[in-house]
Amino acid sequence: MIDSLKQVLCKFGLPRLTIMLFLVALLVVATINHLPTSMLLGNSLVRIGMNGVMVLAMVPSVQSGAGLNFGLPIGIIAGLIGMLVVMEFRLTGFLGLAIALLVACVLGIAAGYLYGLVLNRVRGQEMMIGTYAGFSIVSGMCMFWLLAPFKNPEMIWVVGGKGLRMTLAVGDSLSGILDRFWGFTLFGVKVPTGLLLVFAVACLLMGVFFKTRLGISMRIAGANPAFAVSCGINVDKMRILGTVLSTALGAMGMVIYCQSLGYVQLYTAPLMMAFPAVAAVLIGGATARKADVLNAVLGTVLFQTLLTIALPVTRSVIEGDISEVAKTIISNGMILYALTRKEGDG
Amino acid sequence: MKEGVQVKEGLRVKEPLRVKEQLHVKELLRRNAVPALFLCMCVLGVLISGQNIRYIAQELISRLARNWFLVLSLIIPVTAGLGLNFAIVLGAMAGQVGLIVATHCKLPGLVGLITAVVLSIPIAILLGISAGHVLNKARGREMITSMMLGFFANGLYLLVFLFMVGTVFPIDNPEIVLDTGVGLRGTIELKYCKYALDNLLRIKVLGINIPVGSFAVVIALCFGMRWLYKTKLGQELRAVGQDMGVASVAGINVDRTRVIAMVLSTVLAAIGQVIFLQNMGTINTFNSHQQIGTVAIASLLVGGASVTSATVGQGLIGTLLFQLLFIVSPAAGQRLMGNAQIGEFFRVFIGYGIIAVALLIHSWGRKSSLESASRQAMMKEEAKTTGSM
Repeated sequence: MIDSLKQVLCKFGLPRLTIMLFLVALLVVATINHLPTSMLLGNSLVRIGMNGVMVLAMVPSVQSGAGLNFGLPIGIIAGLIGMLVVMEFRLTGFLGLAIALLVACVLGIAAGYLYGLVLNRVRGQEMMIGTYAGFSIVSGMCMFWLLAPFKNPEMIWVVGGKGLRMTLAVGDSLSGILDRFWGFTLFGVKVPTGLLLVFAVACLLMGVFFKTRLGISMRIAGANPAFAVSCGINVDKMRILGTVLSTALGAMGMVIYCQSLGYVQLYTAPLMMAFPAVAAVLIGGATARKADVLNAVLGTVLFQTLLTIALPVTRSVIEGDISEVAKTIISNGMILYALTRKEGDG
Repeated sequence: MKEGVQVKEGLRVKEPLRVKEQLHVKELLRRNAVPALFLCMCVLGVLISGQNIRYIAQELISRLARNWFLVLSLIIPVTAGLGLNFAIVLGAMAGQVGLIVATHCKLPGLVGLITAVVLSIPIAILLGISAGHVLNKARGREMITSMMLGFFANGLYLLVFLFMVGTVFPIDNPEIVLDTGVGLRGTIELKYCKYALDNLLRIKVLGINIPVGSFAVVIALCFGMRWLYKTKLGQELRAVGQDMGVASVAGINVDRTRVIAMVLSTVLAAIGQVIFLQNMGTINTFNSHQQIGTVAIASLLVGGASVTSATVGQGLIGTLLFQLLFIVSPAAGQRLMGNAQIGEFFRVFIGYGIIAVALLIHSWGRKSSLESASRQAMMKEEAKTTGSM
């Protein structure tokens, strides 16, 4: 009896359990302190939808054997460019969103292909190279934002008439377009139906993809490269495919993130964005070698709910905004924990 | 300095030379390609920026005084095969804690500095030991782990100094604590001990102020490291860096040696950060330590070091070139593109970019240190089985 319990615990994972208990404790404190629970849950739902696709982006990269995609900022930049193009031409509504997603996807695929080529040469060091490739691209793009030929006066600095601003408002018709789509209120909880629907569809497609021939070959290539070669699978190609999928998903995830946030944040804002996404999928029970859609969904739900609820709850107990600090500690601690474990190979 | 030699030898190629010597020159150039490239960029930058040479020299001297020590703290882990130690951030934090306490107690001048160092060393040793143990669990992924360790520790640092000061630790000092009574101020002026080391002895050469005290400490460190590598411990560090398997068979306690390397590096980084901040005069409480890792590592790499080999000379030259580029790039950006911010972004980009490129070159088809680690495990197993027989 105790043994089987232990087994369940092992399978479930200590960090996941800790975070769940923490979450329950926070919810209890929230209800005791009469915080507006329905609003908190609504906000959590929005944040789950906002970040979900970027977390999902980790899955193909891990499955293909390229490890956790610390180079997510490469995709994020592609997503930002997609948003900027739409804003420059003042496209609105669903047409605007579709074009932003399309541009992001195309750029993401191109960037992901190049990134995949690099990753194939540096096996075993993907995480480190990915992190610094991401950092370099984000800081290199800082120069691009200053010099980019955008003309829309709402986007560029008023003084000097050149260079994009730090934070750009997305515009009324585009901001929150998915959140409002089919949105309804249930027991005082605002449900961002469109946003969650997009995340659900993305998860579904990803799940279906891994059931196809190509998806299965990719999983084999990631799980056991030697066996994959003997099956006639081109491992290098599969790794590139995984990286391309991951980068493109990251790009589209960023577009979804921006429309929900209502702002496009440029310059150094995307620098650290890979880490929460990596942490989320790890919290969901993934390792550097094994991750599935369920891990991504569960991880996003746990992590984002925790972060959303932690802020007002801690504020009711102590002063100041502890949420950012909590995010730093939890996400980096989670990644550190995963790195020091044996399965974390890669 | 090395570049000077190279150029001279390059000129001499015109004279008839034996093939062997020509090869030697090529080899020398190949080996020092990175510093040579950065030297060219620096020269171009200086020319384009059109800044006063005396201003540049003064700026450079003061930047060298504050950065050299920190950069040198990276070398020991590289020798021990731990790669670039992104966790010197931990040491920097320890140094800052020491300085904050010294400022809180209003200790003046050198007394304050020495107190800060003395306080920070035990913290740094503790952090170094834990970092070493964590890295021992993450063989083959030491660098990413040390980086995440830095980020994680930064979170804890924020937690302590933003929320626990004034609530858990009863510190009531309006000079360093926010008006609300909780959390430290974003910038803390080191009123009592700033410039203490620099002002110990200043010499003016050609109108340039030289803080001899800081340089003396750096020179002492250089000799100290030279001495260290001659001792038994130094040899063990090297052996572990070359091959953990062989070292372990030779009877060296690999895990312990690696922990010692991390402790040394962390302690040196703590002292380095104290030197750095006394030269700056203010602490950016929540930012000062964060850039340290990237800047120091980029400096070392600019000097031609790699993930597996780094020397004191490379650290010194690399810092010189990197800081020179740092000084001139905003003005060069202003002249070239009409925007000083371009130059600022450019130097950040160079910092990250050089690390990315160095890591790329290092991993491009190399045998991973994972193999070395697994070989060690294998040999241990073998030793066990033979022992039991």
